[in-house]
Amino acid sequence: MCEYEKTGVLSITDLQLPTGKQLEKGVAILECVEEIPCNPCVESCPVHAISMKDINAPPVNDFERCIGCTKCIGICPGLAIFVVKVKGEKARVTLPYEFVPAPKVGNVVKALDRIGVVRGEGLVTKVVKQGKTLVVTIEIDGKYAMDIRNIRV
Amino acid sequence: MVRGRCVRIRTHPIIDFPKRKQLSFCFQKKRLVGEEGDTIASALHAAGIRTLTTSLKYDNPRGFFCGIGKCSSCLMRVNGIPNVRICIAPLKEGICVEMQDKLARLPVAEFFGEPTKTLDFDVLVVGAGPAGLCAALESASRNAPVLLVDENQCLGGQLVKQTHKFFGSREERAGTRGIDIAKDLECELHRLQREGKIQVMTDATVIGYYESKNRHRFGVVKRCEYKSRLYDVRCKAVILACGAMENMLLFPGNDLPGVYGAGAVQTLMNVYGVKPGDRVLMVGAGNVGLIVSYQLLQAGIMVDRVVEAAPVIGGYHVHAAKLRRCGVPIFTSHSIKEVYGDEKVEGAIVVKLDEQWKPVKGSEEDVPCDTICLAVGLTPSTRLLSQIGVDLEFIPEAGGYVALHDESMQTSVRGVYVAGDASGIEEASTAMIEGKIAGLAAAMQLGRIRKKNLLVQYQNQLSQLRAGPFGEKPRIAKEKIAKHVEIGHV
Repeated sequence: MCEYEKTGVLSITDLQLPTGKQLEKGVAILECVEEIPCNPCVESCPVHAISMKDINAPPVNDFERCIGCTKCIGICPGLAIFVVKVKGEKARVTLPYEFVPAPKVGNVVKALDRIGVVRGEGLVTKVVKQGKTLVVTIEIDGKYAMDIRNIRV
Repeated sequence: MVRGRCVRIRTHPIIDFPKRKQLSFCFQKKRLVGEEGDTIASALHAAGIRTLTTSLKYDNPRGFFCGIGKCSSCLMRVNGIPNVRICIAPLKEGICVEMQDKLARLPVAEFFGEPTKTLDFDVLVVGAGPAGLCAALESASRNAPVLLVDENQCLGGQLVKQTHKFFGSREERAGTRGIDIAKDLECELHRLQREGKIQVMTDATVIGYYESKNRHRFGVVKRCEYKSRLYDVRCKAVILACGAMENMLLFPGNDLPGVYGAGAVQTLMNVYGVKPGDRVLMVGAGNVGLIVSYQLLQAGIMVDRVVEAAPVIGGYHVHAAKLRRCGVPIFTSHSIKEVYGDEKVEGAIVVKLDEQWKPVKGSEEDVPCDTICLAVGLTPSTRLLSQIGVDLEFIPEAGGYVALHDESMQTSVRGVYVAGDASGIEEASTAMIEGKIAGLAAAMQLGRIRKKNLLVQYQNQLSQLRAGPFGEKPRIAKEKIAKHVEIGHV
């Protein structure tokens, strides 16, 4: 039994991880590890970086190909894709958000980790609407790049 | 009687709830106000009225449980007619709603306003949820005239409350929200309606199966504002897509107003824009429990925790992760021991379970809350199938008694098809494909079209969706179901 089956929380070792260099470029982290019948991320990828063996296999991202365009974030039915880009001491995390009120560029929001604990603040740098899902980019302290996965406005 | 503050949802990230026309109605001789589009139950809930009936033996107060017309905990007298399921009865201006005696008196008013009317169709589809809509569209577009009957005022079944995006592939409309799929299917239906290929009857119930030569014959009651009309419907094939009902769980206090099926709460908040309460305890971490918990948060309602009796989360990890990163804890190997409160839910005692699923002494925890959601599985609705006389069998992996059926969804009675949750509990994407299979197979049986390849294509699509570990249960269920079926004649 994996720990996340009990807790609902992935640990970093459950994930396919990019190199430091790939993180600097900005890539999509696919937090989707189970075999579920679903493939919109594969179809949405403009550079064919995301692939899966069959519709039930977990998606795999080719970080060399991935351009961090964020198109897969708003289409993922599981809201399980995040784009992370590290720049010096800072990191930019782009995540899906489906709550009111909507964050606006320039807002300072609470930055939450995978168990909803506030780990610091984030500056909203970009908000894009993909249907009713908001794709929000925040700038945070770089050391939390692989921890921050939610915001509170 | 419990009266609360206004609980209408005005802002929501996914759904628009525009201000609607106010409707005034009478409840227990008092004037109340609801909104256009409400059911009587949603209007009463918004007005703070949670006790709708009392139990037969001990006079315990009861609220509604299923919210979709499947249980009997909301029966009231409306304009003199008893036993009205107010959770699906539309609110109308000026109606008179009363709590009824335990065993309702026969109404003084006459039930049927018009003489019985006979209708003849190739195909009757019962239920306009994902399976029924797809079945009706498929048959009708293959030149088999269809009558589609549903108990609700609107089409779409449970799709109309599914604000989350669907999984699957492009064919199953992955990435599209259930509510939007419902709209698209309805659009398609209206097109076929304009072409005269399909007739739709909402607010109508199929009440029974009757004797007929060379045809299937059903009684259908269409509810009108004051009087209802009885239809004598004859058809060559029938597709039963009646859905399922949420399971109850045994514990003291499980009938207190405020204990709801998770789906009932989803209906109340996502269809009618009414908050079920302020603080929720969710029981069950399957996909329904996880998804509804997240949607409660989206409606601005606090979810205290999710408890799950099994040692692992049953639903998709991605749904659990969405909840966890909002700070909602999920306690596996935990269950609900009892619910307490005076006339309404005030809290619950949750308890840890050991490896034998037995409560661990001393692990009780008091969780104050005003709403309990039960997401502990569903049972297929098979009453009509049972009355028709199709072979039913108890198949645990399918959620209970189900009609045995072959790969074309035909039951043991020739011309009687089944699709969606009524044929075994699964989810909406597979229900839609099953509906297409049943609709196409019925049209083929009537000689309207020959499309063997398309049928095989749909069947392959289904097997693909069921190929993974989450598809194991339905896979086993469907194998058992198909193995045992023997198709006879009308």
